[in-house]
Amino acid sequence: MALDTSAPTKVRSAVTEHRFARWTLILVSLTFLTLILLLPLAAVFVEAFRKGAGPFLQALHDEETFSAIRLTLIVAGVSVPLNLFFGVAAAWAIAKFEFKGKALLTTLIDLPFSVSPVISGLVFVLLLGANSYLGHWLSVYNIKILFAVPGLILATMFVTFPFVARELIPLMQEQGTGDEEAAISLGASGWQTFWHVTLPNIKWGLLYGVLLCNARAMGEFGAVSVVSGHIRGQTNTMPLQVEILYNEYNFTGAFAVATLLALLALVTLVLKTLLEMRYSEEIAASRRH
Amino acid sequence: MALGLTLTWLTLLILIPLSGLAWRSSELGWTKFLAIAFDPRTLSALRISFGTAFAAACLNAAFGVVLAWVLVRYRFPGKRIIDAMVDLPFALPTAVAGIALATLYAPNGWIGQFLTPLGIKIAFTPLGIVIALVFVGLPFVVRTVQPVMEEIDKEVEEAAATLGATRLQTIFRVLLPGLAPPVLTGFALAFARGVGEYGSVIFIAGNLPFRSEIAPLLIVIKLEEYNYAAATGIAAVMLVISFAMLLIINLIQSWSRRRYGYGT
Repeated sequence: MALDTSAPTKVRSAVTEHRFARWTLILVSLTFLTLILLLPLAAVFVEAFRKGAGPFLQALHDEETFSAIRLTLIVAGVSVPLNLFFGVAAAWAIAKFEFKGKALLTTLIDLPFSVSPVISGLVFVLLLGANSYLGHWLSVYNIKILFAVPGLILATMFVTFPFVARELIPLMQEQGTGDEEAAISLGASGWQTFWHVTLPNIKWGLLYGVLLCNARAMGEFGAVSVVSGHIRGQTNTMPLQVEILYNEYNFTGAFAVATLLALLALVTLVLKTLLEMRYSEEIAASRRH
Repeated sequence: MALGLTLTWLTLLILIPLSGLAWRSSELGWTKFLAIAFDPRTLSALRISFGTAFAAACLNAAFGVVLAWVLVRYRFPGKRIIDAMVDLPFALPTAVAGIALATLYAPNGWIGQFLTPLGIKIAFTPLGIVIALVFVGLPFVVRTVQPVMEEIDKEVEEAAATLGATRLQTIFRVLLPGLAPPVLTGFALAFARGVGEYGSVIFIAGNLPFRSEIAPLLIVIKLEEYNYAAATGIAAVMLVISFAMLLIINLIQSWSRRRYGYGT
């Protein structure tokens, strides 16, 4: 009897750390997270309200800030749906068909993740700038892309291109082509198959990808900063507006706009956690890369 | 059709712009390209970018493993929220993180005021850049290591314990080697992200040439001076070094996966 009761406790203590070590590790982790993550987040809100709610609201009630919010919504509103569409097409092509160069294609889709945002902006300046062939042609026909809204959208799309496809490729590969083959053999058209079979299968993964894509599209700074030209009230998105206000020592203004972006981040995190909790199996498949 | 669409889109949006960069830097010619690449200011910016990104990725690898372990193995109040918060750097725009960190670590800031009397300066030094890069890179190591840790079979640890290993021996000789591949992946992702990072760094760095000026910022400065040749040259050097390092890390990774990996 004595042996029976002592054996399990011994095994348990052998596969976990001493109580003291456990709490030290937890404490180290929490301190690290507080210094690196939580305090910066708290600082945004505290600095925005440092002078009270009045100045905070006043700082937000500003024509340039309104135009920055409008522009951010336009840029995300155009680039996220386009990347959603092409992300699904790319994932569909890669996961459901066999062809040569698939690995290369997958690498190319991921490419924007390994390029500095500043370089992502720079490539469009080189391509469309006044001293390139294309830029010259555009200026002859008086089409403005660079330092205007279309340029902001292009740079944002470049940076956020991988999000949807990346989320969907492993998911669709895991699901295989069985469901689609069954649908086709029962007489469904390609479009019907996609709409009624594939899409319902991937909807949560898709939502997850769109969520991350949108957060990045609204928050992108480096690439957008290079192609924007910083024309006040015209080509400044919210993150760029934050920079301008901060550099003018208008800290209340900068942090007030920053609170809106921080709220966006928090909403994104909450939605992401809810998605993960409810559809964990489907999303777990796509997390394994 | 889907493939055709994907290829067209990819070519128009990604490949043509990127090859434009290669084309423009080849137009520079070797002498001019080398003059840009070996300009002292460029060299020091590259050294700062790659050095701080490396230091930050090392810190993230160490703390990331501890954090993942705590999140996977232990139970404590608020764990769910902490787990969700780890992704904050993915969701928070970099400019916001940048001004918040600059405010915290400035000499009179929330944290900076306690460090100034000790003679430690963080904002406006390379140390500040490292802090910002630790912030942006944090989720990478945790999120690559966490799923692998969850799948570790407890029997392996039990076996080690039965064979007389102490807990520390089990951790350092049995568990950690098996985690080498995901830690390296996370390290590489955090490193790559850190090298190119711009928004969160420029506010805290102070941007003094030869001291705390990062390569992406130097590209922006050259662009603002309409010196497209220099901007292109620096960008090309950055891309080449980044890809070379990622290639090396990939090789080490496939080697360590064969040597230690958990059957993946």
